Amino acid sequence: MSDAFRVHSRRDGQFAVISTEGYINNLAGDKIVEEFNTFVSQDVKHFVLNLEKTQLVNSIGVSILIEVIEKVQEIGGTLSFCRLAPIIAKTFKIMGLTQYATVFETEEDALAAK
Amino acid sequence: MTIPKKVCLQIPMLPDMELAATKTAEEVARFMQFATDSIDEIKMALIEGIINAFEHSKSSDKTVYIQFDMQDEELEVTIQDYGTGFDASQKNSIQLFQKRGYGRALMEALMDDVKYFTSPNGTKVVMKKRRH
Ligand SMILES: Nc1ncnc2c1ncn2[C@@H]1O[C@H](COP(=O)(O)OP(=O)(O)O)[C@@H](O)[C@H]1O
Ligand SMILES: [Mg+2]
Repeated sequence: MSDAFRVHSRRDGQFAVISTEGYINNLAGDKIVEEFNTFVSQDVKHFVLNLEKTQLVNSIGVSILIEVIEKVQEIGGTLSFCRLAPIIAKTFKIMGLTQYATVFETEEDALAAK
Repeated sequence: MTIPKKVCLQIPMLPDMELAATKTAEEVARFMQFATDSIDEIKMALIEGIINAFEHSKSSDKTVYIQFDMQDEELEVTIQDYGTGFDASQKNSIQLFQKRGYGRALMEALMDDVKYFTSPNGTKVVMKKRRH
């Protein structure tokens, strides 16, 4: 549909910043995992997910993000989120993501952490 | 004569078509002067209800029927499929890191009331959101 999903990423020091654009459904979730795996194979352990350009998600897409959090824990890394729309922050809270991933207001805050 | 305040939609079971319904939900809720956060909660609950019909209903007409009923103090959203139904009394609460099974819990958390009417002839979910 109009809301075609896109993902962009870059390295910033020890972090990989993955930014999404559009609706996070199951296919979008898989694209995020692909991006994440590419960085893991380059030994990156710390991730920031910037959802500034995502307004809507569904629970299938978000449950794939939970798998990402699990993998980050396995490799002893960190994952944080930033720029969450209020409804997405609320959804993450209900689904339990906020117990294992920190939510920051801005990307700068997320990168300044730790 | 009083105008019946109902908006009806038919959504084909095609990828991302739930987004078409969220556009209508947005306009209906805005017409009713819901707050932005409430509008987003309605849209999210609607997405979950529709993708459940897409994914689980096994309906042969491959269509989801949605109705927005604008009442004085609340919006009632009905999501109907003509699939095979399920046992709606088997509800699970969210366990940390579970793989799937968040949709119904989300709908209940985001709406003021969610009821299931389900039989081997299909499922109707009726959700309500008060304007507050
Ligand atoms: N419209 C429907 N038709 C048939 N089964 C449904 C419908 N809605 C929900 N269900 C059943 O309820 C279960 C729980 O739904 P949900 O909480 O959204 O989790 P998930 O969709 O991830 O399985 C589904 O797995 C399915 O068995
Ligand atoms: Mg579901």
